[in-house]
Amino acid sequence: MTTARTRVLVRIAAVEARLFLREPAAVFFAVVLPVALLLTLGATIPGFRDADPSLGGQRFVDAPFTSMMVLLSVVTLGLSALPAVLVTYRERGVLRRLSTTPVRPGALLSAQLLINVGVAVVATALTLGLGHLFLGVPPPRSPWAFAGVFVLGSTAMLAIGLLLAAVAPNSKVVQGAGAALMFPLLFLAGMWLPRPLMPELLRRISDFTPTGAFGQALTDALGGGGPQAVHLAVLAGWALAAGLAAARLFRWQ
Amino acid sequence: MAIITVDHLRKTYGARVAVEDVSFSVEEGEVFGIVGRNGAGKTTTVECVAGLRTPTAGTIDLDVGPDGGAGADLKEQVGVQLQECSLPDKIRVGEALSLYASFYRRPADWRALAADAGLDLRASFATLSGGQRQRLSVALALVGSPRVAILDELTTGLDPQARRETWELVTRIRDRGVTVLLVTHFMEEVERLCDRVAVISRGRVRAVDTPAGLVARAGGEQRLVFRTERPLTAEQVTGLRALPEVTSATVEGGDDAGEVTIAGTGDLLSAVTAVLPASLMRGLRMERTTLDDAFLALTDPSYGPSHAPSQEES
Repeated sequence: MTTARTRVLVRIAAVEARLFLREPAAVFFAVVLPVALLLTLGATIPGFRDADPSLGGQRFVDAPFTSMMVLLSVVTLGLSALPAVLVTYRERGVLRRLSTTPVRPGALLSAQLLINVGVAVVATALTLGLGHLFLGVPPPRSPWAFAGVFVLGSTAMLAIGLLLAAVAPNSKVVQGAGAALMFPLLFLAGMWLPRPLMPELLRRISDFTPTGAFGQALTDALGGGGPQAVHLAVLAGWALAAGLAAARLFRWQ
Repeated sequence: MAIITVDHLRKTYGARVAVEDVSFSVEEGEVFGIVGRNGAGKTTTVECVAGLRTPTAGTIDLDVGPDGGAGADLKEQVGVQLQECSLPDKIRVGEALSLYASFYRRPADWRALAADAGLDLRASFATLSGGQRQRLSVALALVGSPRVAILDELTTGLDPQARRETWELVTRIRDRGVTVLLVTHFMEEVERLCDRVAVISRGRVRAVDTPAGLVARAGGEQRLVFRTERPLTAEQVTGLRALPEVTSATVEGGDDAGEVTIAGTGDLLSAVTAVLPASLMRGLRMERTTLDDAFLALTDPSYGPSHAPSQEES
C-alpha cells in the first residue's frame, strides 16, 4: 500500500515537474533570474569582488550576495509559484476531480511541495556552482549547516505559501498578496539594504521575519561561523505556525 | 439486480435543504437519467452516490465490490465526470490519461479510450474545444474501468455537433456494459440515451419511468390537425366522434374550408383515415405530447397541458 502510494506520488510529481518547466515565467523568476543576477552584478558592480574589512576580509559577492540569491529563489517559489498553482488547481476543480479517484487530493499537494523543493535545490546548486566557477565564490564553510538552514528556510517559505493558498479566495488575490508580501520581506532580508547597514531597530525586526532570519542564517552558514540559534528558532517557528494554520484552513474546493 | 439503490436520501447544508427525500434504484447495464431544473438537487444526489458527500440521512447501496462499495473500492468502481472540473492548461491529453490510469488497480487501455473519444494525445488541455474537453472528462471517468459511470451535465454549453459526438460516446460506454448515471436537463438527451429516468423537483423524486412512460403519464395525447376543401358533413363528424380512439373532434368553420382538430389516443391516424378518406385532408399534421411537456408538467405545477411550447430551461 505504501509503495503504491509512493509510486503514485512519483507519477504526479513527474507530471507536475513537466508542467512547471512549461511555464517560462516560473522557470525564469525562480531559477534563471537569481543565477543571472549573481553572475552579472557580481561581475560588473565595482567593489563586489573586493575584500571587505567590515565582512572580516570576505568579498561581498562571497556570502551576503550569494545567500540573497538563494533566498530570492526560495521566496519566489514559496510566495508566488506554489500558492498560485494550488489556488488555480482548487479554482478550476483539478483537486475536486482528483477526489473522485482512489488518490486523495493531498497527493497533489505533496507532489507540488516536492517539486518546489526540487526546483529550489537546482537553483541553489546552480547559484553556488556557477558562482564558484565564474566569481570564485567559495563553497559553504559549513556544508551541513548550510543544508540544514536551506531545508528549514524552504520549509518555512513553502508553509507560508500553503497558508496563502489556504486563505486566498481566488488566484488573482493570491498573486496580488504574494507580490505584496514579497517586496517587504525581501527588503527585510537585506536584498536592497544589507542587514549590517540597517538601523538597529530595523535589524531587530528583521531577525524575527522569516526572510530576515533565513537570509542571515544562509550568510552565516556560507561564510561565517555557522547560523545563530535565534534565526533557526525563528525559521522553525514560522514553519510550524504557518504549516499548522494552513493544514487547518486549507479547502479542497 | 440493482447496482445502485438510493433510499430516502436527504442532504442539508445548515438550514438549506439541497435534497429533501430521494429514492431510486438503477439496474446494472442501464443508462439511468436524473433530470430536474437547476437547483433541484440532481448534482448533490449524484455526489452522494459517488461518495463525495455524506448524506444527512438515508442510505446509498452500491453493489460494486466485496466490501459493499465503501471507501477506496467505491472510487475504483465508480467513475465520475463532474461539472466544472478542468485540468491544468499545459497538460497534454496523453499525460492526463496515463497519469489517471496509474491511480487505479485495473486501468483501462487509455490509448484506446482517447482514440474512442477522438482525442489527440499530444494536444494541450488549453487548446481543446469544449466538446473535446468533455470527451476527455468522460475518458478520465472511464480510465479506471469502472462498473458505474456518473456523468453530470455532460453536454451543457456544447454546440449541436459536439453534443451528438458526446452522445455517441455515451452509447458506446453503455454497449461495453458500464452502468451510466446521467444528470441532465436536456430532454432530447434523455430521449436519445436513457432507459429510465428519475424526475427530481425541489429535492424530491416526482416520477421514475421510461421516457415513453413519462410522456404517457403527461396525457400522451395526440392531435391530428388538417383542413378540408368542403366542410365536413354532420354524419362525418358524428362518425369521427364515435371512434373509440377519438376523445374530441372540433371543426372550426371558415367560408369554404374548416380546420379540423381531432384529439385522441392509440393508433389515431389509422382509425381516422378508415372513416375519412385521406384525400379530403389538406396539410395534415400530427402533434403529440413531448418529453418537454411531460417534464414541465411534472416539475412546474402552474404548467397546464393547454400551452405546448417547449421552453428551454436557462
